[in-house]
Amino acid sequence: MQNETKIITYREAVREALQEEMALDDDVILMGEDIGIYGGGFGATCGLLERFGKDRVLETPISETAFVGTAIGAAVTGMRPVVELMFSDFMSVCWDQIMNEAAKMHFMYAGSLKVPLVIRAAAGGGTGAAAQHSQSLEAMYCHVPGLKVVVPSTPQDAKGLLKSAVRDDNPVIFLEQKLLYNTKGAVPQGEFTIPLGKADIKRNGTDVTLITYGRMVQMCMNVAEWLALDGISAEILDLRTLSPLDTETINASVKKTGRAVVVHEAVQFGGFGAEIVSQIMEGEAFRYLKSPVRRVGGRFCPIPCSPEMEKNVFPTPQRIEAAVLEMMG
Amino acid sequence: MTASYNKEFYLDLLQKMLKVNRFEESVKALYARGLIHGTLHLCVGEEASVVGSTAALKKDDYILTTHRGHGECIGKGVDVKPMMAEILGRASGTNGGIGGSMHICDKSCGVIGSNGIVGAGVPTACGAALSIRLKKIPDRVSVSFFGDGAANSGAVLESMNLAGAWKLPVIFILEDNHYAVSTPVERSAADPDFKKRGTAFGFLTCEADGNDVLEVYETVSRARAAVLEEGRPAFVILHTYRISGHSRSDQNVYRTEKEMQYWKDNGPIVRFRDFLLKEEIFSENELETIEAAAEREMKDVVSWALRQPYPEPDGMEERVYV
Repeated sequence: MQNETKIITYREAVREALQEEMALDDDVILMGEDIGIYGGGFGATCGLLERFGKDRVLETPISETAFVGTAIGAAVTGMRPVVELMFSDFMSVCWDQIMNEAAKMHFMYAGSLKVPLVIRAAAGGGTGAAAQHSQSLEAMYCHVPGLKVVVPSTPQDAKGLLKSAVRDDNPVIFLEQKLLYNTKGAVPQGEFTIPLGKADIKRNGTDVTLITYGRMVQMCMNVAEWLALDGISAEILDLRTLSPLDTETINASVKKTGRAVVVHEAVQFGGFGAEIVSQIMEGEAFRYLKSPVRRVGGRFCPIPCSPEMEKNVFPTPQRIEAAVLEMMG
Repeated sequence: MTASYNKEFYLDLLQKMLKVNRFEESVKALYARGLIHGTLHLCVGEEASVVGSTAALKKDDYILTTHRGHGECIGKGVDVKPMMAEILGRASGTNGGIGGSMHICDKSCGVIGSNGIVGAGVPTACGAALSIRLKKIPDRVSVSFFGDGAANSGAVLESMNLAGAWKLPVIFILEDNHYAVSTPVERSAADPDFKKRGTAFGFLTCEADGNDVLEVYETVSRARAAVLEEGRPAFVILHTYRISGHSRSDQNVYRTEKEMQYWKDNGPIVRFRDFLLKEEIFSENELETIEAAAEREMKDVVSWALRQPYPEPDGMEERVYV
């Protein structure tokens, strides 16, 4: 049966997921800076303190190492904490806890512990928040075995993926896109989840696959409309989960179109796009390629504040379009 | 040390201290024979602090220990056979040989991890304490062991603050063994009087002669009772001395023979033995029998562990996620 849908924002979708999972399972707790009356850095947890009380919505000191570590300890002893890091850039402050503790415990202790933990963090640029509050560092997280990495691009995905992340018994890094918090979309009501590790074909096409995620999905959708005017049919693949990566869907799509452009706002050099390209080169799709795979990513510099500078650090619709046109010959 | 317990209790403490000591010495000998792949951080000289403190805990109490964690694990009741196998990288180790010396974990004894990153297990202990509080589990505490080196790490200081702010049922046990690798406390701490840190955070703070097993036991017992009663963290400082080198590569260039000899002469087992004789709790003959049994038991453990198979390298990727 098709669930009824409601038009809500990405922010509200995050909140609905948290609220529903907390109502379903008393072990789900929230931890983070200012997530109570203030509603969290981007308002995603508004109203949850009033509803669930201060034992389940735990406001933390500005001690990311301590509270992420505390969440890990709570997770291995029976709770299901969802931590909010105000900005994903702050992951560096508590990276040891994430990389050396949460990610490794299950393997290192031979399965005797599990770490059902979600770390939600606002990621990405475009807000003028400058060098330390705008980054997309997913390549770092994906490089660590033991972490799952999710980047939702729509309200529906934000809700469905977050609910799955909360129910997952592994540590999940859940990267909410700052510029998407106010975007709206239809979201199914009632019980509804989207499995981690499954990409979504956002637009069917035959000539080229644009492989992307997060904020860049909408930009690629817009570029696809321009390309259509030139008679180029672009398929848009929204990865949604970067680790584990849905290499099957990537290869199936590129096999069909024979061309691929990988688009992400993270720094292109050493970025996650390089992994996607390698998966194509080493995968089934390679033999079907009509053109070398291209990447369109962020420039190799910290993110500046000034608007024209910032805009030019990230991929632009023009750069994406140019990459496609070039490979179409 | 005063004699106010029954004979079984003294026997238990002595046997555990001997077990820790024999375990560490056996591991060292195995390493010297080239049978151990990896590094070692041993706790010879710290037998009283690891045994006295864990003796004051219940089996279900959570503990987080360190890279130098064999002693606390043994004290908490982890079976030494799989522990020995773990250090030898064998399949029947506590963690299938994956963890090795620095990562022994046995949830059935409340040991929810030994950590290779100095200070990094301390936040985990706070999390276990949070679970105890939220799930309203009676008569249980979470205990975080760390050393004088870790005491200066951000993770420890942040965790102490958070635990105080959240009134978590956690005991922070600082085992001050004089040196962080080679750096003495006097050169690494702004004020070597660690007590002040506990009182600054508003904790019940106490310290003990970490080489006096009874004093350690009594101090940690008192801290445990206070945590349960008052609903706030406690901070215990145990002053001891690491006779073992920091790790396998330590040439002891940072300390003198004379200093080490002093601590060997005043080691926790020597002192407890003297006490047991003086108070006529055990005779010399009885003590020798107990010691010989400990020696024999550890020989059996070693020969059992050496017969265990190595794990197969297949399927490692499948074990990363639940």
